[in-house]
Amino acid sequence: MSAITAMDGVAGPAPQDLPARAAFRPVEDVVRAFVVATMFWGVAAFAAGVFIALQLAFPILNLDLEWTTFGRLRPLHTSAAIFAFGGNALLGTSIHVVQRTCRARLFGGDLMGWFLFWGYQLFIVLAATGYLMGITQSKEYAEPEWYVDLWLTIVWVAYLLAYLGTIMRREEPHIYVANWFYLAFIVTIAMLHIVNNLAVPVSFTGTKSYILFSGVQDAMVQWWYGHNAVGFFLTAGFLGMMYYFIPKQADRPVYSYRLSIVHFWSLIFLYIWAGPHHLHYTALPDWAQTLGMTFSIMLWMPSWGGMINGLMTLSGAWDKLRTDPALRFSVTAVAFYGMSTFEGPVMSIKPVNALSHYTDWTIGHVHSGALGWVAFIVFGAVYYLVPVLWKRPQLYSTRLVSWHFWIATLGIVLYITAMWVSGIMQGLMWRAYDELGFLQYAFVETVAAMHPFYLIRALGGVCFLVGSFIMIYNLWMTVRQPVAVAAQPAAAE
Amino acid sequence: MTFRHATIEKNVILLMVLTLITVSIGGLVQIIPLFAVESTIERVEGVRPYSPLELAGRNIYIREGCYVCHSQQVRSFRDEAERYGHYSLAAESMYDHPFQWGSKRTGPDLARVGGKYSNEWHVAHLVDPRGVVPESIMPPYGFLLNRTLRAGDIADHLRTNRAVGVPYTDEMVAAAALDLRMQADPEADTTALLQRYPKAVVGDFDGDPRRLTEMDALVAYLQMLGTLVKFSDYTLKDLQQ
Repeated sequence: MSAITAMDGVAGPAPQDLPARAAFRPVEDVVRAFVVATMFWGVAAFAAGVFIALQLAFPILNLDLEWTTFGRLRPLHTSAAIFAFGGNALLGTSIHVVQRTCRARLFGGDLMGWFLFWGYQLFIVLAATGYLMGITQSKEYAEPEWYVDLWLTIVWVAYLLAYLGTIMRREEPHIYVANWFYLAFIVTIAMLHIVNNLAVPVSFTGTKSYILFSGVQDAMVQWWYGHNAVGFFLTAGFLGMMYYFIPKQADRPVYSYRLSIVHFWSLIFLYIWAGPHHLHYTALPDWAQTLGMTFSIMLWMPSWGGMINGLMTLSGAWDKLRTDPALRFSVTAVAFYGMSTFEGPVMSIKPVNALSHYTDWTIGHVHSGALGWVAFIVFGAVYYLVPVLWKRPQLYSTRLVSWHFWIATLGIVLYITAMWVSGIMQGLMWRAYDELGFLQYAFVETVAAMHPFYLIRALGGVCFLVGSFIMIYNLWMTVRQPVAVAAQPAAAE
Repeated sequence: MTFRHATIEKNVILLMVLTLITVSIGGLVQIIPLFAVESTIERVEGVRPYSPLELAGRNIYIREGCYVCHSQQVRSFRDEAERYGHYSLAAESMYDHPFQWGSKRTGPDLARVGGKYSNEWHVAHLVDPRGVVPESIMPPYGFLLNRTLRAGDIADHLRTNRAVGVPYTDEMVAAAALDLRMQADPEADTTALLQRYPKAVVGDFDGDPRRLTEMDALVAYLQMLGTLVKFSDYTLKDLQQ
């Protein structure tokens, strides 16, 4: 197979599903369960997002109940999107990829797989029910209280052991590049999760704890965690996905092996420094802010290096975009990745941040990453995986994939443009002075001005949600098709 | 011997250890000095641990996710100084476990909201935000008014805070349950409480002096935010980090 040899002549970086031997039986039921959970939590996250977007436009939707206020539902939405939807996609695809590229069964077998699956779902349910009841640490994207954090730590260590153990059993001498990124994601998230959640519970029978750090140090630790939840959960892990699924879908080798190496080490080194850009002009000392800004700008380079490596993998196979709308998702995801990793460094520049911080511009930026990059690369991978895992000849309908693609893209565009306009407008209104030298707007006038943009944003969210229903219908019909004759439809070997 | 990246690619433990080292550096450089460099936290008078009632109120603030829409961090800009007050100091949140600086202003900053509105305004606004500010999009929190504050374990909360570094004295811990009630009781003698917690706002908060509700606690917390440091005592130079 030609795809094994990389462009620059070094063997190794193309993902090969090594030919199945009698002894090799990958754990697949668990991966299928993760795929189902990904779609289930995806819809939950998108629906929660639409609902809270509408709450900001129509506050009556807070329903005058304590469990349904925006303050409690917003962490439910963000956690559902990042940890439930994104997390299930990462665990599922990483288990699939590591087994296929190492030609090794998951370390710990089915038992380990099911422990990871149910252990992770339990984490999600514990966290989500806590939010509704007001049990929260109030650290963004690390809201779960101490008992949930401890449980996740156990599951995560098992995940690391399973991943390492599987790689150690590999029959291929080289560890494929996708696994570097997945491994960095697992290791770094463990480090971030443990340090940021260090806390002392008030009692071991209660839910409340107090975080070990305070004030400015806590702020720094939190955004060291918070930005690298983006950097390692939502980026490194999904880059692992990119490095496996795009070459598979395009049936081409990764564009450059050398670029993969540079991309990997520079990305993981630089990302971890970027946290302080969330704290510009605050009580965080200036030296830390400046460091954060500098490294955030530098981060643009490895990000685009990775984007180029992903996009150029399509060299010689661009025509597939016409015939394979699932690949279109993956490639558009990389394009959105390029856009938001350019926007991010711009927003980290202090004078720009002075305008953008605390506004909806940040929310728009997050969603161009979360919807455009994370969700799209997941959709591409899932559209590829379902026929492979369920051994069906192909998807039920590529037309429906195309419909999903366009309606979801339209949704993202509505979302991010509305947030750009409203965010910049709000930032400008806050600092506007009238001719007499007084602040021109009361705060609440800037709130009122948001209303039309909140409506447009909610409409964008509805488009995205509708797209995910189209996807689920298509996948459901795919699985209902008769089983393919060939056991390994995608393997070209 | 020349270095070949393939060496790392063939040894997963080496790959993991090098990865861990690579991702540790940035955090170590940015976090450790914040504990070591003394000027990180400005030396100002007045910042004190939260009174028991304020702490209970702060926990309600956290429970309801107020930080999702309200920052508590005034940046060093002219318009923010005019809208909210003096820019926030690191010292002002030195006893905040965790910090509540926030990241979004769907509503206004609250770092210095203390004393800007009356207790009655806060209660009316929390019960029916649009009854007070028609354009507001804030959720209503009327249920706080009907719920008795459950803080039987308040002394444990103070002890836990002490375990993470807040200088609560034995006296403060011993008096915690009493202080909690007295701060919202207009009849009580609060001399000792005010010695322990200078500038604490005392008296009935929720309009019903007979009951100690969650509303009492939350408003007591809001009314002290940003009021502890007397900025007229300092020049900008004193406040440099």
